[in-house]
Amino acid sequence: MSVLIFIDLVDGQVKKAAHEALTYGAKLAAQMGTTAEGVVLGSEVSSDLGELGAHGVAKIHQVSGDGFKEGDAQVFAKVVADVAEATGADVVVFSNNTSGKAIAPRVAVRLKAGLVSGAVALPETDGSFLVRKNVFSGKAFAKVSVKTAKKVIALNVNSFTIENGDGKAEVVPFRAEVPTSKIKVIGSNKTTGKVSLTEAEVVVSAGRGMKGPENWGIVEDLATALDAALACSRPVADAHWRPHNEHVGQTGVAIAPNLYVAVGISGAIQHLAGVNRSKVIVVINKDPEAPFFKAADYGIVGDVFEVLPKFTEAVKKVKGVA
Amino acid sequence: MKILVCISKTPDTTAKIAFTDNNTKFAEAGVQWIINPYDEWYALVKALELKEADASITLHLLHVGGTDSEPVIRKALALGGDEAIRVNAVPTDSYSVAAQIAAVAKDGGYDLIFTGKETIDYNNGVIGGMVAEMLDLPYIALATSFQLAGTTATVKREIEGGEETVEVQLPVVVSCQKGMAEARIPNMRGIMAARTKPLRVVEPVAAENYTEVAEFGLPPAKAGVKLVSPDNVEELVRLLHEEARVI
Ligand SMILES: Cc1cc2nc3c(=O)[nH]c(=O)nc-3n(C[C@H](O)[C@H](O)[C@H](O)COP(=O)(O)OP(=O)(O)OC[C@H]3O[C@@H](n4cnc5c(N)ncnc54)[C@H](O)[C@@H]3O)c2cc1C
Ligand SMILES: Nc1ncnc2c1ncn2[C@@H]1O[C@H](COP(=O)(O)O)[C@@H](O)[C@H]1O
Repeated sequence: MSVLIFIDLVDGQVKKAAHEALTYGAKLAAQMGTTAEGVVLGSEVSSDLGELGAHGVAKIHQVSGDGFKEGDAQVFAKVVADVAEATGADVVVFSNNTSGKAIAPRVAVRLKAGLVSGAVALPETDGSFLVRKNVFSGKAFAKVSVKTAKKVIALNVNSFTIENGDGKAEVVPFRAEVPTSKIKVIGSNKTTGKVSLTEAEVVVSAGRGMKGPENWGIVEDLATALDAALACSRPVADAHWRPHNEHVGQTGVAIAPNLYVAVGISGAIQHLAGVNRSKVIVVINKDPEAPFFKAADYGIVGDVFEVLPKFTEAVKKVKGVA
Repeated sequence: MKILVCISKTPDTTAKIAFTDNNTKFAEAGVQWIINPYDEWYALVKALELKEADASITLHLLHVGGTDSEPVIRKALALGGDEAIRVNAVPTDSYSVAAQIAAVAKDGGYDLIFTGKETIDYNNGVIGGMVAEMLDLPYIALATSFQLAGTTATVKREIEGGEETVEVQLPVVVSCQKGMAEARIPNMRGIMAARTKPLRVVEPVAAENYTEVAEFGLPPAKAGVKLVSPDNVEELVRLLHEEARVI
């Protein structure tokens, strides 16, 4: 009996999503009266794994070797399932980030485990096993009952608060047979240094109201002042004003930051579907009838070209950088 | 070369979300059904582009669902594809749907299987990975571009903080999202042709359900917007700092 948490590495580092999954897994283990353990694949780790004990995991299994460099979900799933079986894990927890989305379904099949992807809360575990997840792009939620003995959960990014105690984890090597990757990475294009859109706590997003890509400077200034990631509406990405990976909404990226600032976006239902889980929404739009105001917490009815520079200045003042 | 595109149906993006039977079922009355946008705009259109570039490619569409799905399947056929297969089972659980898809894929000997990134109703995004594992094939999730040269595919995929290009030999399962292709509108010829294209119905294989929705619910409504004057942007920032505590 135990809960196993997959610790995702991004360029050798343990990022926010993995800390969330570890906290979640440890709390779930405590709730089930069992222990939480982590698994990390690869040798090049620049984070201190022992420190992850602070989230409540007692032990971390590390599988060394070069076999994980290509990020082949087939290889990862085989090894994670091996560790789950060897440690007798009943529940395997992933972050529902880009790696979790590729690996968790495969692990679920290997373990003959029911899978809930996009979980947003700890399961109800008295008698049944009910996991809450968002459905209909955040317009509703569902409680999914997992009927198998083993379970796999993929936790949505930004939906669980990281907690730290003062525990230390014991890092133990795990010997596994690592199959050869069937895929080969031949190039990458990373926006290094910038926060990833799904992990960002603050997101500044702009729509067609900006008139054209040449006007994005004031949006970027606000994002820099707020230490925010950038996003946009679909027509903006379709018109190639912004890269498609910034497109949020029902058919783009779904996000749940603490603060979502939407400028020059009307707030169509398909746009809201990707951002309605944001904790606080600020809308700036010159049209008082824009539907976005109904979904907003704070708003300014005004022209973005006048409001945005003032907004940026005021933020700098509050943050003490002006 | 044979391509299989997995097509699911979802309520129209503007559909009212409500539940019946003690909040255990989605209220389908009056709902318009559409092809899941990821399956239509990205998976299917990319497959069509591949077929247009190489006429020897056979393209099949696959849907797991009841008779009432047939209009949506015909809509997909209107965009293109040689024939459609419907597995006659109402989908309730990802694992069992994946098992149906895997069974058809195995029988048909496909070289390339496309799925959408996720369905926009249940937002699972898991069926592609499950099918790949069941068939012991590589899986490229969240693809934004796809090129084929012989049996080598060059695929761009989303990773944390960016994109990565990978090379893989067919057969492979790929989940598709924005970037893969540009959405198309079916033309009259396509719509006419779709009426006579084969729609094969196959009975499901035995497969277990591992999960079940016990209850649906709606999130609590927002309290309402607090408006600040455009001449007093500092007040907005003060509220965000002191009241909402997000700055
Ligand atoms: C199946 C489907 C899926 C879709 N998926 C998505 C999705 O994932 N994401 C998405 O975003 N959209 C999606 N859409 C499109 C969506 O319906 C809207 O068309 C889109 O969100 C509108 O983008 P926008 O708000 O930038 O542009 P518009 O609707 O044109 O709104 C521009 C806004 O800017 C305001 N404005 C103009 N000038 C100024 C100014 N100077 N100062 C202040 N405000 C100004 C206007 O008042 C207006 O409200 C989808 C549509 C369909 C049918
Ligand atoms: N009932 C279905 N029939 C055929 N393909 C499906 C079905 N449900 C889902 N899929 C495919 O699997 C993808 C991911 O679905 P899901 O894991 O349910 O979010 C979809 O985009 C479709 O390509």
